Amino acid sequence: MRFRLLRVACIAATLLATTIQVHARDTLTIGLSSFPTQFHPAADPEAVKSYIEGFALRPVTAFDATWHNTCLLCSELPSQDADTVEIEERPPGLPGMAVTVKLRGGLKWGDGVPVTTKDLAFTAKVGHDPQSGFANTRTWGKVESVEIIDDLTAIMHLDEVSSEFDRIDQLLPEHLEGPIYEKAGAVEYLHQSLYNRAPTTPGLWNGPFLLSQISNNNTVVLTPNPYWSGTKPQIQRIVLRAVENTASLLATLMAGDVDMTPGEGVGLSVDQALTLARTQPTKFDYVFRPSLGFDHIDLQLDNPILADVRVRRALLAAIDRPTITVKLFDGKFQLADSFVSPLEPIFDKGVEGISYDPSLARKLLAQAGWQKGPGGICHDAQGHRLTVEFRTSAGAKLRELMQQVIQSDWKKVCVETVIHNELPRALFGETLKKRIFTGAVMYAWSFPVQSSPRQIMGSDQVPTAENNYSGTNYPDWHSDVADQAIKTIETEIDPAKRQEAWQAIQRAYAEDLPSLPLFHRVEIHLIPRFLHGLVPTGHNDISVLWAEDWRMDP
Amino acid sequence: MRGFILSRLGQSALVLLVMSFVIYGLIGLMPGDPLDVMLASTPGVTAEGVARLRAIYGLDQPLMLRYFHWLVAALQGDFGYSRTHSVPVLEVLAPALVTTCRLMLISFVLAVTLSFLLGITAALRPGGWLDGVISLGAFAGISVPVFWLALMMILVFAVELHWLPASGADTVGDGSLLDRARHLVMPVATLALASTGGFTRFIRASMIETLRMDHIRTARARGNPPWRVVMVHALRNAMIPVLTVIALSFGSLFSGALLTETMFGQPGMGKLIYDAILANDFNLALSGLLFATLITLLANLAADLAYAWLDPRIKL
Repeated sequence: MRFRLLRVACIAATLLATTIQVHARDTLTIGLSSFPTQFHPAADPEAVKSYIEGFALRPVTAFDATWHNTCLLCSELPSQDADTVEIEERPPGLPGMAVTVKLRGGLKWGDGVPVTTKDLAFTAKVGHDPQSGFANTRTWGKVESVEIIDDLTAIMHLDEVSSEFDRIDQLLPEHLEGPIYEKAGAVEYLHQSLYNRAPTTPGLWNGPFLLSQISNNNTVVLTPNPYWSGTKPQIQRIVLRAVENTASLLATLMAGDVDMTPGEGVGLSVDQALTLARTQPTKFDYVFRPSLGFDHIDLQLDNPILADVRVRRALLAAIDRPTITVKLFDGKFQLADSFVSPLEPIFDKGVEGISYDPSLARKLLAQAGWQKGPGGICHDAQGHRLTVEFRTSAGAKLRELMQQVIQSDWKKVCVETVIHNELPRALFGETLKKRIFTGAVMYAWSFPVQSSPRQIMGSDQVPTAENNYSGTNYPDWHSDVADQAIKTIETEIDPAKRQEAWQAIQRAYAEDLPSLPLFHRVEIHLIPRFLHGLVPTGHNDISVLWAEDWRMDP
Repeated sequence: MRGFILSRLGQSALVLLVMSFVIYGLIGLMPGDPLDVMLASTPGVTAEGVARLRAIYGLDQPLMLRYFHWLVAALQGDFGYSRTHSVPVLEVLAPALVTTCRLMLISFVLAVTLSFLLGITAALRPGGWLDGVISLGAFAGISVPVFWLALMMILVFAVELHWLPASGADTVGDGSLLDRARHLVMPVATLALASTGGFTRFIRASMIETLRMDHIRTARARGNPPWRVVMVHALRNAMIPVLTVIALSFGSLFSGALLTETMFGQPGMGKLIYDAILANDFNLALSGLLFATLITLLANLAADLAYAWLDPRIKL
């Protein structure tokens, strides 16, 4: 009797322990530093929205962790080799493209309805409609029509020849959003869309997880999509919680209320993550993933001082970038010679950068007519001081520190710097947009893998009142080589010719230096030790697109 | 009384009208426009695309015309759509308003109760050791920045002691009253402590002054017990100036709520308005600020009514 009781007690204890363990590890809680204002995937692009929706809504194609384009919802990438891409003539006599898209069989929305080419045709129709309010028209803006062959095959007719023909964004569920679009009309569509009115509707999502609960405007709960046909997710619940003050987010992480914060710009700041890596080296697995973030200093080329390329080269040579990355970023940020990341296949290894060399800087300034004068500041023959106004975002702690170091470096070669920082809203909304800066502005940009640099380098992309201040070629760089290369990059479908164009524009940039390249940033991922399979990508197609592979220790 | 209330409500409506005009104008003067944030993160948008989006959001119209359209619609109860949330403004504001009002009211009641207890205790023996301790605490409360206090609370009670959740409004999958109450403890305590110091100082000063008045001496001479002298004869008189301060503090309580909500991940009005202003979400920012103004105006109206109740000589 006693023995039987003991056995029952042992079994009960084991069961209890197992239950506790299972409960302890069926949920992954992720802390975010912001929360999306809305959930429609094509409106108001927000990094945090891309992060959350990456678990639940797959693009047709995406760049993977090796930075190669792959199929997520398709069975094969459109390509000339597979005869699924051809140049065709459009009615006005201009060339267009016919791109055959083959969707993967067995895909279903969260309500069990199959994902078909009807969804592709509907998304293209809405995305191409100028009244629909789609912010991102990268894929759909150029799709003139979609010819449905069958449920899984369709031909997209593009109104131009585009080298980005094989990059296709997320689809919208025609069976749910179609009637709403028809009833509300294009202008009202976003207001009436289920993504905004009822984002927990299962049929809106086609990934391995569904947005099953959104509460308090700061929490999203994800649960597995029962109709997902790929690898079944092991994690039974993912809770995404926004704590918008990063100091509080850090405290929340340390308190164990959240298991991790993402490294993709929606978690802790770089300095917080670096500090944590130094002070708590064993608490997480720290993954430093080189990314597409590019720190640089834009120069105002309308300023006669900065119009001289010798001065621009001198300014770059005077910055002690190796010391900055060691002291401020624990040596994690890579020095940049090109605006293209060295991890991109299009990176040109032949680009000749300018290393830290104060004597070269002094020599170049002397050649440009600047000699050290009173107060250690350079003067030209007319007695003008070599003064450069220097701006960056106020409140960006690390960038402000970096700015002070650069100011000191420039002072050593007799360049005087006047710091004039502004809040991001004023800096980007007014100063840069209207080009009212007179000297240098330091900030970072991040673009999708291998995307055209037209917006930042095209001579037609200088923001002016005439073009509604569109474009971000703030320095006002005009280069025939760059313009020609951009055209080739955008329209040439032969990868070898595109590679040559990328090479040409990187070399033109390195020679002309319309902006000073500083660093390629790294993403710092804090991965809890019990979580496996999370592979940071370092680019805009983020790790969560492969979240079904994430595994947690029991 | 009814005439006074109607007159004050009329004045409040006028204030709201003026405020709506001023706020709309000020938001319009801020650098950048509502599309900047969107365009900054959307590579490849053409000039035509920008013009198209501006027209869709009505940004191609002059500011005053936009304001006029908003006003006409608002007077009919339509506060428009939030540009960033793509849903009607009231749908965004309502839950945030509930969160903020809950946080503010609980903190307010706690702060006022604590302040009266501490202020009266200090005033009974001015210069004594208890008065010294209370005054020191009050000064500390006034001096300590809310964000620092919030952070310290998180570090002590969540990170070190693990007694309370560090942030959020509830635990996913729980959401019981007790769970929600646990999540409210630190934000409420932070906001209440931030107000308690100032209130305590005012109540102490007012009580000391009142306790020196002739009618208090008379009340004592008539043999009233000490608690009655303090709570009935002195407190009623001392409360009149204190009420003004408390009513006016509603505005600062609101801005304190912004910090507290941000630090503790509470999705309230303060954070919502702040984000709406940064994102140039005109309709949401304007409506949020007007609701905040309305709350302050109503608090002041309540204070005026309380004056009449406390002192029948005051004619409304």
